[in-house]
Amino acid sequence: MDFFQHLGKETRGGFTKLGRGTFFLFYTLKGLFSIVVRPRLLLNQMYSVGVLSCLIIAISGLFVGMVLGLQGYYILSDFGAEETLGLMVAASLVRELGPVVSALLFAGRAGSALTAEIGLMKATEQLSGMEMMAVDPIKRIITPRFVAGFLSMPLLVGLFSAIGVLGGQMVGSGMLGVDEGAYWSQMQANIDFYDDIVNGFIKSLVFGFIVSWIALFEGYDTVPTSEGVSRATTRTVVNSAFSILGLDFILTALMFGDD
Amino acid sequence: MSQSNTQDTLVGLFVAAGIAGLFFLALQVSNLSSFTEQAGFTVTARFENSGGLKVKSLVSAAGVKVGQVSKITFDPKTFDSVVEMRIFSQYDNIPSDVSASIYTAGLLGEQYIGLGKGSSDEYLKQNSEIEFTNSAIILEKAISQFLFKSAEEKAEEKK
Repeated sequence: MDFFQHLGKETRGGFTKLGRGTFFLFYTLKGLFSIVVRPRLLLNQMYSVGVLSCLIIAISGLFVGMVLGLQGYYILSDFGAEETLGLMVAASLVRELGPVVSALLFAGRAGSALTAEIGLMKATEQLSGMEMMAVDPIKRIITPRFVAGFLSMPLLVGLFSAIGVLGGQMVGSGMLGVDEGAYWSQMQANIDFYDDIVNGFIKSLVFGFIVSWIALFEGYDTVPTSEGVSRATTRTVVNSAFSILGLDFILTALMFGDD
Repeated sequence: MSQSNTQDTLVGLFVAAGIAGLFFLALQVSNLSSFTEQAGFTVTARFENSGGLKVKSLVSAAGVKVGQVSKITFDPKTFDSVVEMRIFSQYDNIPSDVSASIYTAGLLGEQYIGLGKGSSDEYLKQNSEIEFTNSAIILEKAISQFLFKSAEEKAEEKK
């Protein structure tokens, strides 16, 4: 009996949390207009969410591209198809690895920081303080961070994929001797702008939306103790990773399903 | 003030770098640069079987890309597959009696339409139809024909 009671409680808890999250998202989006009034808030957040994530994204992109170049070369050379290395690197980066890996890194780098920041604001009652001064904390704190995350994500993905393609070229034609012209021409002939690049871009928008939402909501919904903040931060990373990978599968099935 | 100025600059650089990356992907990596809808005219050809031909498949003459397949439909009256292709307008002097065949690039590669030779004084133009066509070779058909034939031969030998 205890088991069922527990199960029911967990289920109900999950659904109420989902409901709170939805309302939270609704209020966040309702505050969008405040960005127009105070663009500086958005700019500050773009700095801490986007600019500070640049380095990790760029370096990871470079190494992911280089590894793809190496691995792809070993596999493709078995079939005498080294020339298609460019296509392989670019297709895997633009379609999957770019959006997914940068979203995971983004959740770890920026999402956890957002949750911890907002959780601490709640724990130290700064959010209540703002309400006392008749400042809406959602408009002032949450919405700019949400928009900054949503806008930064596609830019970071663009950076990641572009650097990855260059990294693959560095390894492929620099180290392993794939013809540089073939690397680019195979890529350009087979990567489609709408099917591959635009779809990757849409993925990055979805991931940016979901990661920012999860991170901010976990911070806002945290139990206001130090343990609560630490748990909320963990949950942000875990839940973001789940949602990114799950949504990626669904989006891939929708986008690339019928060819 | 100076601190927020540097911050502005960094955000500006970040946005510029991100957009540059996206542009790089769009222009360098994808086929967008060659995608710009080239002016052309549409011709049709009827094939008994168009095999694995797809929209956007290549139309080539002597190995040079002269157009793209734009539409493939099935004609239930004649059981033909009607392939519409767009020939780029600079190739407006292809003789109207060329033959069109469906070939496969490499052993397992994509299928494409190859235009043969022609000698007519009239040229292909909008809505003209290519009369001489060769269908795609369906591997299973070819194999079964071969097996059937060799079995027949053996039967005749026994007689």
